[in-house]
Amino acid sequence: MDILNALVAFANFVLLPGMTYGCQLALGALGATLVYGILRFSNFAHGDTMAFGTMATILATWGLQAAGVSIAPLPTPLIALPFGFAATVLMVLATDRLVYRPYRNRKVASITLVMTSLGVMFVMGGLVRIFIGVDDRQFADGARFVFTAAQFRTWTGLGETVALRTAQVITIVATAVAVGWLHWFLTRTRTGKSMRAFSDNENLALLSGINPERVVMIVWVLSAMLATLAGVLYGLDKSFRPITYFQLLLPVFAAAVVGGLGNPLGAVPGGFVIAFSEVLFTYSFKKVASYLLPQGWQPEGLLQFLATDYKIAVSFAVLVLVLLFRPTGIFRGKTA
Amino acid sequence: MKRFLIASVSCLALAGFARAEDVRVGIEMGFTGPIESLTPPMAQAAELAMKEVSDSGLFLNGAKVVPVRGDETCIDAGAATATAERLVTSDQVSGIIGPTCSGAASAVLTNVAIPNGMVLISPSATSPGLSTIDSKGLFFRTAPSDAREGEILAQIMMERGVKSAAISYTNNDYGKGIASSIQAAFEKQGGKITLSAPHEDGKSDYSAEVGALASAGGDAIVVAGYADQGGAGVVQTVLDTGAFSRFVFPNGMWGESLIAKFGNQIDGAFGDLPGSDDSGAAKLLEMTTAAGINGSATFVPETYDATAIMLLAMQAAGSAKPADYKGKIMDVVNAPGEKIYPGELAKALQILKDGGDVDYVGGSSVEFIGKGESAGSYREVEVENGAMKTVKFH
Repeated sequence: MDILNALVAFANFVLLPGMTYGCQLALGALGATLVYGILRFSNFAHGDTMAFGTMATILATWGLQAAGVSIAPLPTPLIALPFGFAATVLMVLATDRLVYRPYRNRKVASITLVMTSLGVMFVMGGLVRIFIGVDDRQFADGARFVFTAAQFRTWTGLGETVALRTAQVITIVATAVAVGWLHWFLTRTRTGKSMRAFSDNENLALLSGINPERVVMIVWVLSAMLATLAGVLYGLDKSFRPITYFQLLLPVFAAAVVGGLGNPLGAVPGGFVIAFSEVLFTYSFKKVASYLLPQGWQPEGLLQFLATDYKIAVSFAVLVLVLLFRPTGIFRGKTA
Repeated sequence: MKRFLIASVSCLALAGFARAEDVRVGIEMGFTGPIESLTPPMAQAAELAMKEVSDSGLFLNGAKVVPVRGDETCIDAGAATATAERLVTSDQVSGIIGPTCSGAASAVLTNVAIPNGMVLISPSATSPGLSTIDSKGLFFRTAPSDAREGEILAQIMMERGVKSAAISYTNNDYGKGIASSIQAAFEKQGGKITLSAPHEDGKSDYSAEVGALASAGGDAIVVAGYADQGGAGVVQTVLDTGAFSRFVFPNGMWGESLIAKFGNQIDGAFGDLPGSDDSGAAKLLEMTTAAGINGSATFVPETYDATAIMLLAMQAAGSAKPADYKGKIMDVVNAPGEKIYPGELAKALQILKDGGDVDYVGGSSVEFIGKGESAGSYREVEVENGAMKTVKFH
């Protein structure tokens, strides 16, 4: 019973939040790492692209809700996603045409593109704030829980309890589908293979007749869709606020770097490493330990490595450690 | 002819002296800055009390009270000091209502009020730190110190059988102050605080914060934050994870939005709010509404009371000089004497003129303790069937 209680408490406060957050980071990191793999620059605007995509989805959700469309108990934003995808893809492609392509044609250094993306970030963040404002928004509807903490307690009669929210299930399922599909696309389809070829050796790819503009377009489309998906899932699970999405940039890039920048395979474990280190380092293990340890060994302190205020510092620390000891990431990415 | 001239000139001069001089009172508040939305009705309430006193014609041989407004900015201590200097030296005020923010209040008190011997009555500075300054009897406040709220809340928790609790406070001066005063008072009464940890406002994920609090455990969780900010996020996460089943809310959390957002999910949550069951509050609300002032806004009763107290003390001393009337402030506020409610200032002025004694109650049931700060009356509230219910008054 005690071991079960410990497991349940751990699942409620570490496993489920860590899994969900890890999935959201992984999707964000996938988008950023794809852009890096093909275009060879770190896209600082990725966080605000997530915000833009989420905003578009929220606006579409409101429209659908006003029209009375619903897929309860699932949240309406899921059917609004295609609108979000379309709006973000258009926005990102327009940005590429107007901002990035002129620089690309002049073969500027990678740092110039990075700085350009910083400018894009400010413009996109500004647009989001103009359209939807700076406030916190909850846009999830439908059933909030698969089962609540109180229900679980009644079923099992355990002292500890765990709740499973719809948004957590949706996040995990959607991430599995998206990652699976992306893997299939990159390894099995002709377009995917040409993208990988382009990423591996640009000149060789050009010689074998791959159209670079088409590859660039596809990578932007994929990145915009992944950003929108990541943003919407994060917002469904937590809430939408433009500033939080901007702040997500750091953990997203930490996940991409840890997984190996430019390596789509690495972004997923990268996301989980960052998410779980944030959660584990700031979790207080007192309760779990009090169930597992024999009587008399009960801990007095909180058994917490770092106060929760330092959560954001953990992703920094992991990033620094990885860059020091394994600069190309856990799964060998590309270095500029 | 010469004698006639001298006589008439001296008559004129005498007549001039006989007409009481107008009394200027400074209103120094945060008209710009973070509380700029709170201060306009407060200043109007102060001016309402001044008008009531002036119109009575009984104040210091028929003197009029003239308000002089000054901006304290709430956060810029330098600007607050400069404004207070201006009020004292160039406007020649006889007393200042304000400053409204604790930081500005302590700067003005130490830099301007004490060196110039000027009386300050703040309607809204609640930091416990202000009680520790040696004010030379020049500083009073009609808002209770946050330390007082901690004591009341700890007492309510004990009465309701909460023996241990975790505290999550918003990471600013208000949050830290109220959290540490609750902790000190609760532990003094034999309770145990398992963990007191901050939360940042404006984030969207509080699962780590709640995880640590849940692990520390306790009979209840005290959320000392804001209902429109991180406080609501913490409550939501606690509800989602089932980490705690009882909530305790200090006054920052009790807003319309808390009830609108959570409704009956937080049934059984309890806490306290400043407030009293005296008829004074209702009377003042009526008066302010008639005067076109938003009387239900925060600190409006405290401001009306601060102004009334200052003017009544002047009347009791028969002088508008701070050195003369500062000693009378405690007398007019506390028993013994005739109880004075809002709108009865003329009556109070008459009693004082006749040498009687008044016990000013006002709109916030003000009673001064210690060096001159409001004891504060609190309303114990709880959530029942998704609605806020007043249990009793403390």
